Amino acid sequence: MDAIILQILNGLDKGSAYALIALGLTLIFGTLGVVNFAHGALFMIGAFCAVTLSRILTLSHEVIDETRKDFLGNPLKVDVPYVYDWFGQETGDVIIDWAVPLSILFAIPIMIGIGVIMERGLIRHFYKRPHADQILVTFGLAIVLQEIIKYFYGANPIPTPAPDAFVGSFDFGAAVGMEAGQIIYPYWRLVYFAFAAVVIGAVFAFLQFTTFGMVVRAGMADRETVGLLGINIDKRFTIMFGLAAAVAGLAGVMYTPINSPNYHMGMDFLVLSFVVVVVGGMGSLPGAVLAGFLLGILESFASMREVIDLIPGINQVIIYLVAIIILLTRPRGLMGRKGVMEE
Amino acid sequence: MSKSNVTRRGVLRTGAVAGAGLAVPTIFTASSASAFTNEPTGSSVTLGFNVPQTGPYADEGADELRAYELAVEHLNGGGDGGMLNTFSSKALQGNGIMGKKVEYVTGDTQTKSDAARASAKSMIEKDGAIMITGGSSSGVAVAVQALCQEAGVIFMAGLTHSNDTTGKDKRANGFRHFFNSYMSGAALAPVLANAYGTDRKAYHLTADYNWGYTTEEAVRSSTEAMGWETVGTVLTPLTQTDFSSYIAPVLQSDADVLVLNHYGGNMVNSLTNAVQFGLRDRMVNGKNFEIVVPLYSRLMAKGAGANVKGIFGSTNWHWSLQDEGSKAFVQSFGTKYGFPPSQAAHTCYVQALLYADAVERAGSFNPCAVVEALEGFEFDGMGNGPTLYRAEDHQCFKDVLVVKGKENPSSEFDLLEIVEVTPVEQVTYAPDHPQFAGGALGTCNAGA
Repeated sequence: MDAIILQILNGLDKGSAYALIALGLTLIFGTLGVVNFAHGALFMIGAFCAVTLSRILTLSHEVIDETRKDFLGNPLKVDVPYVYDWFGQETGDVIIDWAVPLSILFAIPIMIGIGVIMERGLIRHFYKRPHADQILVTFGLAIVLQEIIKYFYGANPIPTPAPDAFVGSFDFGAAVGMEAGQIIYPYWRLVYFAFAAVVIGAVFAFLQFTTFGMVVRAGMADRETVGLLGINIDKRFTIMFGLAAAVAGLAGVMYTPINSPNYHMGMDFLVLSFVVVVVGGMGSLPGAVLAGFLLGILESFASMREVIDLIPGINQVIIYLVAIIILLTRPRGLMGRKGVMEE
Repeated sequence: MSKSNVTRRGVLRTGAVAGAGLAVPTIFTASSASAFTNEPTGSSVTLGFNVPQTGPYADEGADELRAYELAVEHLNGGGDGGMLNTFSSKALQGNGIMGKKVEYVTGDTQTKSDAARASAKSMIEKDGAIMITGGSSSGVAVAVQALCQEAGVIFMAGLTHSNDTTGKDKRANGFRHFFNSYMSGAALAPVLANAYGTDRKAYHLTADYNWGYTTEEAVRSSTEAMGWETVGTVLTPLTQTDFSSYIAPVLQSDADVLVLNHYGGNMVNSLTNAVQFGLRDRMVNGKNFEIVVPLYSRLMAKGAGANVKGIFGSTNWHWSLQDEGSKAFVQSFGTKYGFPPSQAAHTCYVQALLYADAVERAGSFNPCAVVEALEGFEFDGMGNGPTLYRAEDHQCFKDVLVVKGKENPSSEFDLLEIVEVTPVEQVTYAPDHPQFAGGALGTCNAGA
């Protein structure tokens, strides 16, 4: 029982990341009709926004400490962050410690900007081209983006820890009156899940309860008619692309304390997120979220030793196996609508 | 009066025939003696540095390349000479190799076997490389070693830790200076037993590929011999990034030690996840829960940040060693690049020097002569104490370092502290040890 609860919890945070990426993918596909293989790279760039901000906050000047020696026996050069000079060491430490949450504010304008530039600069030229062309160009773009990141940040993972207040884990078992120490869950993963829930809720509310969202939804259903009503739907769709990029970026920012970011983390999530979109139903936002959590939880269960012992290798194929079964029984995915991706 | 039949033309003809007759066997002998792949004929010799320049190990590859460039500089008489001054063999004079200036070409292994073979092949066939060296993966090392054997060039392995490189996949033309999984297990087990006791239950998470298997086997057998019990082993996909679902079952088991047979990005993520799940704060069976990382790399430890603190592992070499060889190398490397070298850089630098020295001692670039010079070669002054290149399997036998993540690092390079220098006798095994069974060295191939 403990194991099951723990794997459900595990699946929730993994599912949160899948759901956030898949949500952005579906937004782009639903509005612009573009299959965006560079979406994983946006997740990765979001993570590197957090790395960049923490580097900015720790920008330092060198002070020579004569009492200590470096590895060559020369006096040690100690880096003193400028924030220490400006705010004092105590406040400076707090600011540096909270780099990841602060990166949310830093990442939003950057990600929206990148999204808009990407859409206006490259992707709009491919709206009328076949999906295969769109996939090729966005996949190429993803490779270019990750090579740029590698050039500036190197290939090794870069540790970007959560604030000290969120380091450690929560004894879920003890909290619900079960045996202590059996269901442990890191605080930051709980934060990630809550954050994902808020972002998903905000996106849905934005689409559901604002006039802008209503027009976008109308455009998703019938682009031509909305255009005939004199509404500049293209401009709104560009903004949606920026929004989708921001959602992916924020998912990346908050993911950095879970796993140290590296330049190819986007690719690791991309393929799975596409499976999530297909299983959820192309163009269906609730479907993307539902499938994200479902596949996250299933992946967690498949990694249990008992399950692997029973069916060796299941942990590596479970997602694709479930995708096949769902597509065979429900060809449009869990919540797919008729007419989407169907000529 | 006698008449001489000797004419000028006759003398010339006879001389030419006799000369040609005498020369023929010499030409044949000379051509058969020098008939090996890429025999250097000009004033320079080309070495091929095959390192990961792209992909997840690109940073490690970059450090290897720095080390090779430094080695070339020292071989050609530049810089401060580095380990040439401390190396026990004095065959190298700083005038290249056998008087030929050392030049080099580089290839990108991408840490993919097929890409690594393609780049090695290109360096051998197009650039005329006489020796291939480098790499950051056992899969790549085994693949390139086999290629070099077929091509008739020497392969001096870079960072490769799987038993198989000098076990079932060993080749006569291939040599490994780096230590291996067996040695890690043999060095770590006594330190672990000493620190954590002999009554421990271990749970292994193992990367699902060749290196993972041999490392798990080595650590298991060494720790079980000390009295530990292995309560679970799970293979994790190489592409896994979030290990939480693999770590959760550890909480449910009665294990009190987690062994992470992971390297590179896998290690960074699995260790980070294990620490996040509070494993290090747990008490199981009345003991503190512990984590072990059999193969440490400073470059990777950096990625895991503060999570490595207090965690045991093993390493081939560390820049904080105080022997003369290590100090000389750290001085040269640090002065040139501004930071201390990694263990990957060290093994690559040493391999380049060992090859050059073997050629000098053999008096020939012929791979078979080089093999003969390296087999059974004993040397010192290269950072790991007295070392033997064993003839039976072309594996170096030397001291192994057991290290621990440092509690209070003074810089971003100062992440590991040496806990014990395990003497070579403790990590030496018989050539026919079961963990190295199968395969044969074969005979050296000098190519065409």
